Amino acid sequence: MASRLTALWDWFDSRMPSVGEEYRKHMSEYYAPKNFNFWYYFGVLSMLVLVIQIVSGIFLTMNYKPDATLAFGSVEYIMRDVPGGWILRYIHSTGGSAFFLVVYLHMFRALLYGSYKEPRELVWIFGVLIYLALMAEAFLGYLLPWGQMSFWGAQVIVNLFGTIPFIGPDLALWIRGDYVVSDVTLNRFFALHVIALPLVLLGLVVAHILALHDVGSNNPDGIEIKKTKGANGKPLDGIPFHPYYTVKDTVGTIVFLAIFCIVMFFMPELGGYFLEHNNFIPADPLKTPEHIAPLWYFTPYYSILRAVPPLFNSQFPGVAAMGIATLILFLLPWLDRSPVKSIRYRGAYYKGALAIFIVAFLILGYLGVKPTTVWGQFGFDAFFLDTKDRATWMARLCTLLYFAFFILMPWYTAKDKVKPVPDRVTM
Amino acid sequence: MSDNPKIDKTRRNLVVITSVAGGAASLGAAIPFVASMLPSERTKAAGAPIEVDISGIAPGEMKVFEWRGKPVWVIRRTQEMLESLKKAAGNLTDPASKSSQQPEYAKNEYRSLKPEVVVMEGVCTHLGCSPQMKPADAKAEMGAEWGGGFYCACHGSRFDLAGRVFRGAPAPTNLVVPPYTFLSDSTLLIGEDKKGA
Repeated sequence: MASRLTALWDWFDSRMPSVGEEYRKHMSEYYAPKNFNFWYYFGVLSMLVLVIQIVSGIFLTMNYKPDATLAFGSVEYIMRDVPGGWILRYIHSTGGSAFFLVVYLHMFRALLYGSYKEPRELVWIFGVLIYLALMAEAFLGYLLPWGQMSFWGAQVIVNLFGTIPFIGPDLALWIRGDYVVSDVTLNRFFALHVIALPLVLLGLVVAHILALHDVGSNNPDGIEIKKTKGANGKPLDGIPFHPYYTVKDTVGTIVFLAIFCIVMFFMPELGGYFLEHNNFIPADPLKTPEHIAPLWYFTPYYSILRAVPPLFNSQFPGVAAMGIATLILFLLPWLDRSPVKSIRYRGAYYKGALAIFIVAFLILGYLGVKPTTVWGQFGFDAFFLDTKDRATWMARLCTLLYFAFFILMPWYTAKDKVKPVPDRVTM
Repeated sequence: MSDNPKIDKTRRNLVVITSVAGGAASLGAAIPFVASMLPSERTKAAGAPIEVDISGIAPGEMKVFEWRGKPVWVIRRTQEMLESLKKAAGNLTDPASKSSQQPEYAKNEYRSLKPEVVVMEGVCTHLGCSPQMKPADAKAEMGAEWGGGFYCACHGSRFDLAGRVFRGAPAPTNLVVPPYTFLSDSTLLIGEDKKGA
C-alpha cells in the first residue's frame, strides 16, 4: 500500500514538481529559529481565523439578503430558523473580534523583538497593509446586519472621508452612492465585504509570507540565524517548520479554539463588546442611539479622532490625526535606530517608551467605548479649557503619548544603552 | 542600458508605445466601474420637499421629520429658551453663524424665520450623527451653565437651542438650516423656500 502511494506521488511529482518544491521551501525545509516562544503563535492563528471567517462567511451569504428592507430580518432568520444558522453567525461575529485580538498580539510581538527591522521591512509593510485591509473589511461587514450601530457607524466613518479638503464631499457621495447611508450603500458594502476585500487580504497574506520566508523568521533574541550555518548549509539554530512548528502550532490552535468556543457558546455578545446591544435594533436614519461607540478594536483610533479639537472651522485635523496614527506604522522600520532588535538587549529608554505606548493605547481604547462625559468635568475655569470633560483631556494626553512613541523614536533608540547580543540564540 | 548596440531601439520603442497605449486603455476601461458607484438617476430623483403640520408641537417641544433621508427638527421655542441663546453666545464657536450653512433669512440671532419656530437638520456637522435634545434641567449631566440644547453622543459636540456649536466640541460649524417656508401658521414646506416656489 505504502509503495503504491509513493508511486502515485512520484507520478504526480514528475508531472508537477512545483508542489513538492513549494512544500519543501515553505514547510519541511523552511528553517525557523529554534527559540520561538508564546508570542509566535499569533501569526498562524491569524491565518486560522482568516479561514474561519471565509468559510463561515460563505455559508452566511446563502441566507443573508443585502437589501435595506430585508437585511435585518434575514439576520434574525439566520439566527432563529436556519438550521445551525446561529452557530454560523456567532462563529463569524466572534471570529471578527478574534481576528483583531490575534493581529494586535502579533503586532505587539513585532514591537517586542524588533521583527520589523532590517531585513524584514517588507514583511512589516505587507503586515500593516493587511491590518488596514482588515479594518476596511470589518467596517464594511459591520453595516450588513443593518442595526442601529451598523447604520450610524457607517454614517460616521463615511463622513470621515467627507472631511478631506476639496474632494471630501464628492468622495463621500461616491462611497455611499447616495446622499445618506442607504440601501445603495448596503448593497455595495456587501459586494466589497464578501469578494473584493477578501481577495485583497488573501493576496497580501501570500505576499507577507513570501517576504518572510525569503529573509527568514526573526526570533526572541533578534539574532539572524542564517549567519551561523552548519556543515550542511542549514542554520545551526534553525529547525524545519514541519514537523517542529506545525506540532507546536497545533497545541496553540487547540487552546485558541477552546477559548474561541467558550466565547462563542456562552458569551457571544461578550457584554456588548463583540456584538453591541444597540445593533439588535433595526437601523433608524432619524435617531442616533444614546451612546454610540465602534467595536472595541477601533476604539483607540476613535478616541484620537474625538480628542483633537477642530481647527480653522474644519474637523479634518481630527480625521487626519486618526489617519496618521495608523499610517505612521509604515515608518516604524526607519524610525527605529537601535543597533539591536530584541527587547532582551535593549535599554531602559525603549522599554519605558514601549510600556508607556501600550498603556496609552489601552487607555485610548477604554475611553473610546465610553462617552466623553465618563469621568465628569473639571470644577474650575481656565482660559485654555475649551472643554472641561476630564476624559477628553486624558484622551489628548494619551494621543500625544501615542505619537511621541513614534516621533521621538529616532532619538531615544539611538541614545538607548543596549546590551551585547550573543552570536547564537538562547532559549 | 541604451548604449548597448545589441538593442533594437525601434522594437523597444514599439513595446513602450504599445504598453503606454494599453495602460491608457485600461485606465479608460476603469471609468464605467468608478462611475457605476456614483448616485443613480433614481437616487438623484428622490429628494422632493415635504409639507409638514406643526400645529401639534407644544411650546418647548420638538418634532422630527424625514427629508432626503435626514432628520429635520422643528422646535417651538419658549421665551425662556430664547433667553438662553443670549447667555450661550459667549461660549460659541460661531455665534453669528458666519461660517455656518443656512439660508439668508435664517442668518440671525435665532437662526429662524420666526424666533419661536426653529427648523434645523438634526445632523451633527462633525461626522453626521443625530444629536439628542438635552433640556435646561439636564445640568447634572451637562454642567451647571447648561441652558438647554443638544448633545451629540458620538463625539461629544454640544449645541445651543439655535443649533449653534459650543467651543471645545469637535463639530466645526453650527447645525445646517434647510430651506423652508411657512405655507400657513401651522404648515411648513421643508426643502424649498419662496424663491423656488
